[in-house]
Amino acid sequence: MEILIASFTVFVLSVFIGFEIIQKVPPTLHTPLMSGSNAISGIAIIGALLVSGGNYTPWSNYLGIAAVIMATINLVGGFLVTHRMLSMFKKRK
Amino acid sequence: MNTLDTQSFSSLLNIAYLLSAILFIFGLKGLTHPKTAIRGNLLGALGMAIATITCLFDQNIVSFQGIIIGIGIGTLIGIICAVKIQMTGMPQLVATFNGLGGAASALIALGEFFGKTSTNATLSVPVLIAIIFSAYIGTVTLWGSLLAFGKLQGLVRDRNIPGLPVINLLLTIGVLVLGTMLVITPTTSIMLALIGAATLIGVLFVLPIGGADMPVVIALLNALSGLAASTTGFVLSNNILIIAGSLVGASGLILTFIMCKAMNRSLANVLFAGTQSSQNNIDSDDVYQGKITETSAEEVAMLLDGVQQVLIVPGYGLAVAQAQHNVRDLANCLEKNDVNVEYGIHPVAGRMPGHMNVLLAEADIPYEKLIEMDTINTRMEAVDVAIIIGANDVVNPFANTDPNSPIAGMPIIDVSKARTIVVIKRSLSPGFAGIPNPLFAADNTLMFFGDGKKALVELVAAVKDQ
Repeated sequence: MEILIASFTVFVLSVFIGFEIIQKVPPTLHTPLMSGSNAISGIAIIGALLVSGGNYTPWSNYLGIAAVIMATINLVGGFLVTHRMLSMFKKRK
Repeated sequence: MNTLDTQSFSSLLNIAYLLSAILFIFGLKGLTHPKTAIRGNLLGALGMAIATITCLFDQNIVSFQGIIIGIGIGTLIGIICAVKIQMTGMPQLVATFNGLGGAASALIALGEFFGKTSTNATLSVPVLIAIIFSAYIGTVTLWGSLLAFGKLQGLVRDRNIPGLPVINLLLTIGVLVLGTMLVITPTTSIMLALIGAATLIGVLFVLPIGGADMPVVIALLNALSGLAASTTGFVLSNNILIIAGSLVGASGLILTFIMCKAMNRSLANVLFAGTQSSQNNIDSDDVYQGKITETSAEEVAMLLDGVQQVLIVPGYGLAVAQAQHNVRDLANCLEKNDVNVEYGIHPVAGRMPGHMNVLLAEADIPYEKLIEMDTINTRMEAVDVAIIIGANDVVNPFANTDPNSPIAGMPIIDVSKARTIVVIKRSLSPGFAGIPNPLFAADNTLMFFGDGKKALVELVAAVKDQ
């Protein structure tokens, strides 16, 4: 239970930090912010790695590997496409 | 390694995770300012690289074969998606990525669940609850995103399902009951039933939402994918998952509310009101009959000769016609004749937050030329010609005049005060809101019927000929 409270504390504080740092977003950056933050949600790869390589049953490992593939697509594709978009904005400055 | 070493090693890993959490915070903050956006994205990527490499040193990982294969396949597909995608397809790509993030989180929860239950290892109640949340939110995100993808791609039509609130209520009760049963007796069959219910909820949650509300849905699914990742952090007691996930959740929620505000609707109204257009049928004949003035490329070119201020209002039709480069051609022609060309951007024009900005940037249109709705509305009187390309609902005066309209109260780009309005559109068919647009019948409006791209090509040729 104590671990749960500790996790919950981190969760609530992080949400507050999120709201604080993303106050005003110019419309030009709505899409890049979305795809960039979406790439950060690829952090699920950490969980996927722990399950795919951990000491579980083979089936759990397979689920983990599927999760690794999905999270990797999410983060690699997300960061790359965000970079591509932002470079377009920069071109004509 | 003895116990002490294991412990200090694990502290080292946690410090590396903390570093990547800090990088994520700076990264997201950077993404909210035009000057720092590129750096912000790179910082985020660096944070991700550090977190991933750190995790590989975790002593709970005993086999690397599957990991290497998984990362290899994922990287390859990710690169192909990111390089090949056209900016018109960005909403679909973002929807897909959201879905993948949700699916990964659900799979992690399931892997942990099956792994622990089949080896008779004990799952504490808090962890079980976290697993249930993670599996549930992840599954809803996956199916909601798939449906959103289907709608964006034109594969799935908006549907009003009778009795949907009752079905959703029953499903939610079902999930609560199944969740409680799982905490008491964690069995595979109950877990699969819960996943089934979550799948239905995900599908039914996006199915009735109208196409015009897509920007809200995409932003909300973005928030959900973050929340899903965050819950897996509770499952594995891993802080970096919790922190990064909740940061994404917060940013997605902020975007969601920006979009809702741009439509003057509450989130609940977007999610639960469905498409209500069928309830108040305004006869389009009454609005349009005998009042439509058609025009041609030559006529518009003449109109544009000698004017000072031109405003272009793009909508999703521009994206569909892939006409952003032709818009730039037209603007270049006009600017050579000392016309000042600006673009009026409605916050929910297109299918995703910021969609128009990205499209026009792809065509090398400088972003100082893109004017926000509130600013452009205050100086509409100075506009000689407003050219509407593939936009409809976001310029529909019914939003201000008809309180029963499905778009009542939505802020619009009020082009009616411009001296002349040219609407480039395929036909008089209604937009997503399903209602006629009295702007098209206004005395100072000329309708230029045709495919956006073809019409612009003709128009550019006509302007050059003069």
